[in-house]
Amino acid sequence: MSGPVERDRQAAAKTEVVAQPVREGSGRQAPPSPALPIEGSSQRREGREIHRGSLLVANFASAFESLWANRLRSLLTTLGVVIGVAAVIAAMTLTQGASVLIQARLSVLGTNTLLIVPGAATSSGAFSSLGSQQSLTQGDADALASIPHVVQVSPVLSLGAQVIYGSQNWNTRIQGVYPGYRQIQGWEIAGGRWLNAHDELTGLPVAVLGQVVANSLFGPSGTNPVGQTIRIGTQTFRVVGVLQPKGSFGAFSQDDVVFVPFTAALIRLKNSSYVDQIQVLVDKPEHVNTVQRAVDATLLKRHRISAGSPADFQIRNANQLLQTAQQATQTLTLLLVGIAGISLTVGGIGIMNIMLVSVTERTREIGIRMAVGARRRDIRNQFLIEALTLSSLGGILGIVLGLLAGWLMTTNFGVPFVPQPLSILLAFGVSALVGVTFGFYPAVRAARLDPIIALRTE
Amino acid sequence: MSDREVQLVQGDERSVPATQRRPPIVLVRNLTKIYRLGETTVPALRGVSLTVRGGEFVAIMGPSGSGKTTFMNLLGCLDRPTGGDYWLVGRRVSRMTPDELADVRNRRIGFVFQGFHLLARSTALQNVALPLMYAGLSRAEQERRARRALELVGLGSRLHHRPSQLSGGQQQRVAIARALVNNPALLLADEPTGNLDSRTSIEIMAILQALNARGLTIVLVTHESDIAAYARRRILFRDGQIVSDEPVVATRSAQDELLQYYQSSPASNDGYRALPAEEEQ
Repeated sequence: MSGPVERDRQAAAKTEVVAQPVREGSGRQAPPSPALPIEGSSQRREGREIHRGSLLVANFASAFESLWANRLRSLLTTLGVVIGVAAVIAAMTLTQGASVLIQARLSVLGTNTLLIVPGAATSSGAFSSLGSQQSLTQGDADALASIPHVVQVSPVLSLGAQVIYGSQNWNTRIQGVYPGYRQIQGWEIAGGRWLNAHDELTGLPVAVLGQVVANSLFGPSGTNPVGQTIRIGTQTFRVVGVLQPKGSFGAFSQDDVVFVPFTAALIRLKNSSYVDQIQVLVDKPEHVNTVQRAVDATLLKRHRISAGSPADFQIRNANQLLQTAQQATQTLTLLLVGIAGISLTVGGIGIMNIMLVSVTERTREIGIRMAVGARRRDIRNQFLIEALTLSSLGGILGIVLGLLAGWLMTTNFGVPFVPQPLSILLAFGVSALVGVTFGFYPAVRAARLDPIIALRTE
Repeated sequence: MSDREVQLVQGDERSVPATQRRPPIVLVRNLTKIYRLGETTVPALRGVSLTVRGGEFVAIMGPSGSGKTTFMNLLGCLDRPTGGDYWLVGRRVSRMTPDELADVRNRRIGFVFQGFHLLARSTALQNVALPLMYAGLSRAEQERRARRALELVGLGSRLHHRPSQLSGGQQQRVAIARALVNNPALLLADEPTGNLDSRTSIEIMAILQALNARGLTIVLVTHESDIAAYARRRILFRDGQIVSDEPVVATRSAQDELLQYYQSSPASNDGYRALPAEEEQ
């Protein structure tokens, strides 16, 4: 507002330019034909539909402008959509990574492995957790070895113990296994050797270390673990080999383990008549079912369980585990979709609310637009596009945040980061749909305004 | 409406002599408008007939409640009458659907309001281009015409200013440019000087007179007889009817008054003399 006089002079001068014909004209009468230097409208009566695209572009531009003018409000409004989409994308990424990992692990484990664990104890009809019952013995394992198509059998005796070398110590899992266990689980030797039949027969105190244990005990001193003596609990064991790493699954590292001969574990570490599990390797995948039936029959007979009574053990194979894992993933996904649905609905209601506010606030603008020729559908589209823009931006923001969160979680848990283009696309589509759905009512309300009343609104 | 009908209504029409042979832009016959407020009905217009021919400059006056605003809304196709007929440039708009009326407003009518009614977040250029956008013109064409309209009202140097950056008079000139940009058959001005000081009011009236001199038909609603004196025909409303319709005897010239104003105001003299020279560049 600096120099009002100067501005007024300019204004007056501009008026002069316009008003020139009045002064120059001899009479007051205007020439008969319109002399405005703007093209007549009659020549483009049909022109209305030609450039609808420019109206669409203008609608998007005005939507961005309007949202930016109220950017804090817009952000808060679309937060419901952001959170919904982000949660789904993050969780999808995580479950997808986990299932990819599980499948990879299980395919390494092989489809020709059987796992036998003690069954759930059923006392008075109440199930306690699997494996809580002591039912499997070393004798069971040895009996399974004679079943046709069985290549390897190993009982597994597990215990947690502290492992000490010099001043280093480490809490880890100790597993007493048969020499055949390496073949069943597919372990590779990094240095030294694996447990052999002689170790097993004599119950020699020898141990093979997983990579994590080897690093924890021998990493600081840089000593070669092979040939060194360690203590497991109170017992002294000689390290004969180190395994190649297999990697971790989540917080659980497969390499955080020490293997000792089964006999040694039984004699020196855990005096027990029962084993924690039995693993069986079958020669070919197509024989897995036959072997599983034979194992079932053998164990039922050995445990003297009559047909129809519940067994005190369970047999699982990799395919079943795979199915269980997939089922778990599916359930989780379904749950996530439900949560996302609720979040997006809440977000949509937020958008509807703020669009109604926006329509009320901009009633006069709507009136002006109607006065200069906006049809009802033009007004409706304008507000629909604004709601669409709002929710789509929320969707994009949610996708970015979700991917970021998913990436952070997967790297933290050691799960592969596998973003799914389809689910990202779907999330975007759904967020756009939310905008259109919940923006429809406010947009229709704007379109139905009476231009006279709208213009009169302050 | 057919030509025969036009001939028929022309016969009983008393017009300002100079524009008598022009075709009617506005042809209103027995127009009524009744508002319903709950149980009661309020007749706002009780049978109004009027003909406005091309190139006329009509001022509509009347006290509040006289029906002049209702009439203005009907002329502007913002509202539909309860009864009677209204032809705008030969098209019967009194029976049109809301979307058809929107089309008519877009192509045939330009509005200038008391409160300017500009979009606050848009620049002068965008405001003026608004009717063209709804007319479905390409962006380049929109901008070209909006620029020309703004240059016509002397705001060629203010294209990218927002309303808040313009004075009241400048805002009203943007509104006039917006009203002109689709080259309408009829310019409706509803108290265009109501929010302006007296000198700015004269400037706005000078623009309207200049536009009228170039052939634009203008209907002006005002309650100030000073402002009505710039028109050439004055219609008086009372109780929903036209009570008088006569030519303005001594039409004021806003341009002459502006000239006088600047000549008698030494402070503005230099500026006034300097700028016509600038115009010749």
